[in-house]
Amino acid sequence: MSGLEGLYQQIILDQAKARHGDGPLDGADAEHHEFNPTCGDELTMRIRLDDAHARIAELAWQGDGCSISMASASTLAELATGRDVGEVRELIDGFRAMLRSQGQGEPDEELLGDAIAFHGVSKYVMRVKCAMLGWVALEACLTEAAATPVE
Amino acid sequence: MSDLRRDFPAFDQASAGGIPTAYLDSAATSQRPRQVLDAEREYLEHHLAPVHRGASAAVGLSTTLFEEARATVARFVGAGEREIVWTENATDAINMVALGIADASAGLGGASARSLALEPGDEIVITEAEHHANLIPWQRLAAKTGARLRAVRVDEHGLWSADDLAAELSDRTRIVAVAEVSNVTGYLAPVADVVSLAHARGALVVLDACQSVPHRPTDFGAMGVDFAAFSGHKMLGPNGIGVLYGREELLDVLPPARTGGSTITRVTLETADFLPSPHRFEAGTQPVSQAVALAEAVRYLEAIGMDEVARHESQLAARIVEGVAQLPGVRVIGPGVGVERAGLVAVSVDGVHAHDVGQYLDEAGLVVRVGHHCAQPLHRALGITASTRASAHVYTTDDEVDRFVEALGGVREFFGVSDAPAAAVIA
Repeated sequence: MSGLEGLYQQIILDQAKARHGDGPLDGADAEHHEFNPTCGDELTMRIRLDDAHARIAELAWQGDGCSISMASASTLAELATGRDVGEVRELIDGFRAMLRSQGQGEPDEELLGDAIAFHGVSKYVMRVKCAMLGWVALEACLTEAAATPVE
Repeated sequence: MSDLRRDFPAFDQASAGGIPTAYLDSAATSQRPRQVLDAEREYLEHHLAPVHRGASAAVGLSTTLFEEARATVARFVGAGEREIVWTENATDAINMVALGIADASAGLGGASARSLALEPGDEIVITEAEHHANLIPWQRLAAKTGARLRAVRVDEHGLWSADDLAAELSDRTRIVAVAEVSNVTGYLAPVADVVSLAHARGALVVLDACQSVPHRPTDFGAMGVDFAAFSGHKMLGPNGIGVLYGREELLDVLPPARTGGSTITRVTLETADFLPSPHRFEAGTQPVSQAVALAEAVRYLEAIGMDEVARHESQLAARIVEGVAQLPGVRVIGPGVGVERAGLVAVSVDGVHAHDVGQYLDEAGLVVRVGHHCAQPLHRALGITASTRASAHVYTTDDEVDRFVEALGGVREFFGVSDAPAAAVIA
């Protein structure tokens, strides 16, 4: 596999077009905007939690950016929607660790699911921020939601 | 010009995975010939000593080399020696003008600086195409003085005309700050018109000459601009040195933005009087080896001839523009086929983000620049967040720019957007 195909696996190109979770979300419990000033990519993440604030009931994002950033937000939407908040935090931590691996090791498919397709991005230090864009935004949403008392 | 590539050590070993690297990012930073590297090393090994302080012969020689470098650069751009101030880079030079005018507006510099002072309601005019370095310092100056910042808007190609500028000028216009060559569009500003229009209103002209001085003949005196800025590292010279040009009578009254040692005549515990230009601006230890090396870069360029440099690069730009015109879904930003432009070409690929384009080109061994090129307002006006830019210098070859065009032709297919109707994207 050439470097370029290792980076842009077909699943990433497909996710960049599919843009799962792209759209507005009314009545969000948390909202966070992320901006990457070096490339101008931006993304707003919104989530709605269940009544006990234990689970992500709905997740939606809107943004503009490169295929890596859009594909990773799309993949995240598929993985995180309906999931337990604690599990999603583990997922985000695992994704970040994979992206910091500089191409070393084997990613944990059981934890990361389809997100292992982004393992190749870890070899491109300039693109790690692209892949993290939506994930950092979701992490901030979870932190914001955790600070909000359950009604 | 192909023989001169041997002067550049960077091209000896430049290859990525067996593919020779084509360096097409000279508008960001140019490569340096051995002559320039040797000049800096020669100074550091044999002549390193302080300048303008002390009494030893070594100081005298170092000072002579430093001031000879200034004279060389001055001659190169049609300036007097007292009209060339060393700065860190061009950004620093523009900031020195803006900060100095802010100081003058606050009453510093006494009666002689009052002619530079801005008052609330005065106007500073820039264009929407400016590099952030020629935008943000003016935003700050406006905020400090109550002056108004007005922008000449660009058209759908990122271009503006002398008429567009004239429409933004008024009797309150005090400063007009524009780039001679846009770092995104490669547009050659109508500088003669800018100067006559601005001066007719009594406004000063500040020229961002970063993308022009390294690539075309320059005579600031003949152009009649009041201030200008350029950087060493874009003209085959070192990092860490730039130049502020200013007309002598303006520099002699512009308050120094940075103060300290070497800039003064008489200092008491309460006050300081400043030297005339250029030394009033050159506070603290100066970039001496960089100045010496920059002068060598100037001699290198002069040996080629700036007319020849400009001819070479405009030929390369035409080659890119004509090549890209054949590619469906790839759009040149700025002047199109047959229009004179500088040797840098930014493109937008329909349906593919510039960073993805850049990654694809990187794999093909092409070093280009992707992003907003420090010109966010321009990209916003064009409805894009980022673009992909190839830029040339004296060492750039036909083969390198052909490889750029050829690789661009494969981008949309790789990212699966080649089926998009071309007519919808070439606006």
